[in-house]
Amino acid sequence: MLELEARAEPSRLMSWASPLLAVALMLAGGLAVFAALGKDPVEGFRVFFLNPVKDLYALSELLLKATPLMLCAIGLAIGFRANVWNIGAEGQFMLGAVAATGVALYFGDSESALVLPAMVLAGAAGGAAWAAIPALLRTRFNANEILVSLMLVYVAQLFVSWLVFGPWKDPDGFNFPQTRMFAEAATLPMVIEGTRLHFGFAIALAALVAGYAFMNRSHAGFRMRVAGEAVDAARYAGFSATRMIWVGLLLGGAAAGLAGMGEVAGPMGQLTDKVASGYGFAAIIVAFVGRLNAFGILLASLLMALLYIGGEQAQQYLNLPNSISMVFQGMLLFFLLGADVFIHYRLRLRRRGA
Amino acid sequence: MPILPPLTPPQPSAAAPARLVLQGIGKVYPTVVANDDIGLTVRAGEIRAILGENGAGKSTLMKIIYGVTRPSSGRMFWEGEEVQVESPAHARSLGIGMVFQHFSLFETLTVVENVALALPGKPALDALAQRIVEVSARYGLPVDPRRHIHALSVGERQRVEIVRCLLQDPRLLIMDEPTSVLTPQAVRKLFETLRRLADEGCSILYISHKLDEIRELCHTATVLRGGRVTGECIPAQETPASMARLMIGKELPRCEHDAPQAGGEVRLRLAGLSHASDDPFGTDLRDLHLDVHAGEIVGIAGVSGNGQQELLRVISGEEPLAERFPVQICGVEAGRLSPGRRRRLGMAFVPEERLGRGAVPTMSLADNALLTAAHSQGMVTAGFLRFERARAFARRCIDDFNVKCGGPAAAAKSLSGGNLQKFIVGREILQAPRLLVCAQPTWGVDVGAAAFIRQQIIDLRNRGCAVLVISEELDELFEICDRIAVIAKGRLSPVRAAGDTSIEDIGVWMSGLWPGAGDTADAPLAMETPHA
Ligand SMILES: Nc1ncnc2c1ncn2[C@@H]1O[C@H](COP(=O)(O)OP(=O)(O)OP(=O)(O)O)[C@@H](O)[C@H]1O
Ligand SMILES: [Mg+2]
Repeated sequence: MLELEARAEPSRLMSWASPLLAVALMLAGGLAVFAALGKDPVEGFRVFFLNPVKDLYALSELLLKATPLMLCAIGLAIGFRANVWNIGAEGQFMLGAVAATGVALYFGDSESALVLPAMVLAGAAGGAAWAAIPALLRTRFNANEILVSLMLVYVAQLFVSWLVFGPWKDPDGFNFPQTRMFAEAATLPMVIEGTRLHFGFAIALAALVAGYAFMNRSHAGFRMRVAGEAVDAARYAGFSATRMIWVGLLLGGAAAGLAGMGEVAGPMGQLTDKVASGYGFAAIIVAFVGRLNAFGILLASLLMALLYIGGEQAQQYLNLPNSISMVFQGMLLFFLLGADVFIHYRLRLRRRGA
Repeated sequence: MPILPPLTPPQPSAAAPARLVLQGIGKVYPTVVANDDIGLTVRAGEIRAILGENGAGKSTLMKIIYGVTRPSSGRMFWEGEEVQVESPAHARSLGIGMVFQHFSLFETLTVVENVALALPGKPALDALAQRIVEVSARYGLPVDPRRHIHALSVGERQRVEIVRCLLQDPRLLIMDEPTSVLTPQAVRKLFETLRRLADEGCSILYISHKLDEIRELCHTATVLRGGRVTGECIPAQETPASMARLMIGKELPRCEHDAPQAGGEVRLRLAGLSHASDDPFGTDLRDLHLDVHAGEIVGIAGVSGNGQQELLRVISGEEPLAERFPVQICGVEAGRLSPGRRRRLGMAFVPEERLGRGAVPTMSLADNALLTAAHSQGMVTAGFLRFERARAFARRCIDDFNVKCGGPAAAAKSLSGGNLQKFIVGREILQAPRLLVCAQPTWGVDVGAAAFIRQQIIDLRNRGCAVLVISEELDELFEICDRIAVIAKGRLSPVRAAGDTSIEDIGVWMSGLWPGAGDTADAPLAMETPHA
């Protein structure tokens, strides 16, 4: 009989091996799904996992996709470390996009070099402002930030729709729910010519470095880790719980807002009602697969981007629905949670009657 | 104090196998050999003490017997048959019960729910609550089954742990420092209970650093040092001093205590402090007045659960007040300040729970040094941590306070209980505070280390620090304090110079009966009905 047995102490090896194991199991599960759908698993694997990395352009698309995931996830991880559960990065992402769009539309055709920096600030501020709502409700009225931040995602979505169907609709846009295209000065420059990989990627990498420094090198980050590990110790040491909730949510919101800004000022060049497309939620998975640390998040965001693009490829070449990438994301999280059990437990074979 | 009847060791019968035999048990951790080739025999009805300094390997050995930790080598025989204990549940099914040194209770559950978790099957909670009340009353360990664990003081938690164990009718009872935070009366009751259990054939393995307890209770004793068995003795034939010598291998140092310097400034003032507890079962603090001066040690005695916890939280700032004036630290009205701000006024604080409050279990000692010493020791520059300073300070705590551990990088939870206590006390004292507030300063530390910590506190006071000690150990308070008060039912007695009072007087005061106690005089004894 197989039995789970508690380990004397959590296994370090397993906490690193578990994401790799989850990836391997997801691959195996994916092949099985292809086979079950009547597709050749080998062909499926090639299209899904190899196409997205086959040349420089494909790689640039991969990095482009990974950019918003990285940004959202590193922001969330800071809060998660302190048990501040911001589930609403999706909404903060949209508000960041809205704020940046507001700046871009306000400046219109201006060629000022200040437009982009203003958009960056506005994006971060917009996301942070949206995250400030759950922070305020949590610290004032002890309202659960999970529910509040999640519900605000839907409010944000409706707000974006109202804007692009209403006041901000492009008058020459054939009634499509989108704003005017941004002027040259309001679009992010490219990192590699001939691709769509924009400067937001550099911002995301910088955010990872900053996130690492904050979490592992700063006193504020230390306080947040203590709060996440032992609430009573944080209270004893005098680390204000209120301040941690604010810092966790505001940083998470600002990072998500930046990601939103990068989308409208990068590949999209305008605001549409489809601006967020799930990055904020996927980032939750990225943060956990990446073990809430900066380097892990870098790898996990690349993996998640691969799943997105693989899904698109599968749709295009294998005639599978795009939601196949959701299936892979779900499998990844499922296997990760399953594998994580083995950090604290081990499997033992026990003879009957023992 | 009533004395138990003289010990009559159980008669070994030739036919019956010993209840428990250990052979060559070893346990190797990456940085230390915690147990090395340990042999041990426990007969039915025997109460055997395990003696040893902090970090000698006592808890490790007990955890191996109880199936929490797996030995690296060695064999274990239970009533003559070789067994490999796979888990605590397995141990319980064999008839082994254990009271842990660090509590193993779920904080968010009630007492009765915690007990139910340790029992096989799904007991009905109402009936179980009734049994808990009965058993706890019979054994003089009052607990209220409906209360939540997080709201209990450590003394009360200890009682829950013991009652939970007794409910399982064990045949071998392991008790890892069960009395460290019990009152003398509760200890007496517990000993009678243990004697009775032993007479009924239950074997008991008993760990304590209180040598006179061991002399009174235990038939036999095994001494560990550095993970090895270094001797055996019959405690009744030893003196505490001779046992201490067996344990630490040298004479016990004595505390030096000279008269306090008079006329120091007031460093801590409680000015009519009243505070209603959030917890419906907690104790409200009522109109407390107290001055602690520079250069003196003031002790507060009392039975656990009479407001000590609430008082400590209010002084430390973990529970800020609505008003400023009732708590004054170094001349500043500090009632509304956070713990961090109070620390910057020069206060240091040793809490009663070391794991999870005084230290973060999963973090290294260096990180735990950052917990309270970050500012006073300049470990933060421009918002960034200076790890080399944290490591150096942790290293100083380790060296100066003789903490046995793998170094500043060792996780707090890998330390033995007494060693972690030494680290935390060291961390607070080495910050050279102007005011030190200390709860149970020598909880769980061995006799040698306890004497050392007391001496450190006295030295700190001689350097002009004001010290407030809250403890349930009267002997300790009388050894180090210049003045003593008693807390009972959330009220504070008058403060007396330690030389002008006696353990007996203070014992009477602990029931709330002090001169001019007013309406507390008719209040029932806290011990019998702590939460009527
Ligand atoms: N999980 C662990 N990892 C590494 N070392 C450990 C671990 N647990 C215990 N040790 C080490 O093993 C030694 C023995 O510890 P143990 O807890 O058994 O001591 P003890 O005799 O119970 O001391 P105390 O009286 O202070 O409770 C100590 O040096 C301790 O640091
Ligand atoms: Mg121990």
